[in-house]
Amino acid sequence: MKETFDVIIVGAGPAGISAACVLADAGIKTVVFERGEYPGAKNMSGGVLYGHDLSQILPDYAERKCPVERNIIESRLWYLSKDSGYSLGYRDSAFSGERKHNAFTVARARFDRWFAEQAVKKGALVVPATTVVDLLKENGHVAGVVTGRQDGEVRAKVTILADGVNSPLAAKTGCRAEPRPEHVALAVKEIIDLPPEVIEQRFGVAEGNGVTTELLGEITAGMDGVAAIYTNQASLSMSIGANLADFVSAKVKPYELIESFKQHPLLAPLIAGGQPREYLAHWLPEGGYDTIPQLYGDGYLIAGDSAMLFNALHREGNNLAMTSGKMAAEAAIEAIKRGDFSRKGLAGYGERLSASYVLKDMRKYRRFGRFLYGHTEIFKELPELASKAAREMLSVDGTPKKQKQQLIWREIRGKMGIWRLLRLAWRGWKSVK
Amino acid sequence: MKIEDKLFLDRFRVDAESHLKIIDSEKCRDCREQPCLYFCPANVYRLEGDRISVNYEGCLECGSCRIGCPELNIEWRFPRGGYGVSHKFG
Repeated sequence: MKETFDVIIVGAGPAGISAACVLADAGIKTVVFERGEYPGAKNMSGGVLYGHDLSQILPDYAERKCPVERNIIESRLWYLSKDSGYSLGYRDSAFSGERKHNAFTVARARFDRWFAEQAVKKGALVVPATTVVDLLKENGHVAGVVTGRQDGEVRAKVTILADGVNSPLAAKTGCRAEPRPEHVALAVKEIIDLPPEVIEQRFGVAEGNGVTTELLGEITAGMDGVAAIYTNQASLSMSIGANLADFVSAKVKPYELIESFKQHPLLAPLIAGGQPREYLAHWLPEGGYDTIPQLYGDGYLIAGDSAMLFNALHREGNNLAMTSGKMAAEAAIEAIKRGDFSRKGLAGYGERLSASYVLKDMRKYRRFGRFLYGHTEIFKELPELASKAAREMLSVDGTPKKQKQQLIWREIRGKMGIWRLLRLAWRGWKSVK
Repeated sequence: MKIEDKLFLDRFRVDAESHLKIIDSEKCRDCREQPCLYFCPANVYRLEGDRISVNYEGCLECGSCRIGCPELNIEWRFPRGGYGVSHKFG
């Protein structure tokens, strides 16, 4: 391509398209390269998006017919042993009223495509089916990209890397080190079709509303992981994932893990009669704050999953991607105005991210990932112990309650020990406080 | 539901050339654990006799084999633009 641009964006996901919208709004000549057949073709997340961050980019997203699956009014958390489990949920009518679209589900293949169309309407150029294979460098300064096409060099003043967590490009060019297996989670996901009225009945919601359920415990076969069920308009998203290092050492097959997950007695009734429609796999950047790379350098910025921006505890990722993409764009605009595309000229990105919830939350939960990874009892001994305790206390069988308690404590002491349990609670608290 | 049936749900545009390559098959033969046979979510790596075959056609492009191989013995690049898996729902 002979044409030169002000800004090149690698990847048409939430980070890249957010950046493209902000840049196009400012009249900056912008191109987005996307390796998929269309934006969204390669993208996967649990499927929840947040209205707040989207409205910062597109305040009128509803009028623009954003493809929302269901508005989330309830969040559930389940802690499961092999055949039983605890359930905790919070439902609030505020989430269907004044806080509507606080969180909503999307089909990423549809949402990302729609989002990219909005960037195009604003004046950005989006080029799909084009893989960026290298960065153009001049005196150590990023000066554009090399695509897989013939005569594939394209030059720009600033390049924004928003190509996702799995980025051979970032690793090859040294913009971000290749993640270690323990710094990513491998998740698989199935879309299961069900009629809308069946979903509404099973989850107790009205048309257009939905529920998210996060699940942990023995379902991840002793590995540090989590699962989720999200309601879409006429389907359920079922995902399950675990630390990749755990997958490697445990020799668990992800497609068998999701099969036994679907057969769990608490879940099987929710998906009964459903038709599997799609099967996907993707990483989640779970390394936390300490794995965030240098966020900007001479001629480039890095945003979203590529920059390992992800809040595992609150399952937030898309919002961090959108906001970091927006801030990268704002910093690029400043740099272009000043004519300084060096690391110094792009420093506004770091300042914005540090002042925002993005890096503040990443710092707050800095130790959370290591806490989960280091405490396998959460996924091994504890679910069964917790279930036994509840089963005992809820069974009406003529045994005095005092005796039941003694039985439960004896069990805990034998399997885990009181100190280990207290240490677990203390360290868990410290990792998120 | 078997993995073959799961992959059958997906849409792939398969390139003539593999985007995944085992760098040195001797290393695989000496690899005791061969974890790729298990953790790959698309069952790309399968044992055939004493060698590991690479069934790249059903690759979901997660990248796990690239960093999960204990020998880092897999050359991994993205499929050419427009090729590989295309999510219909996502």
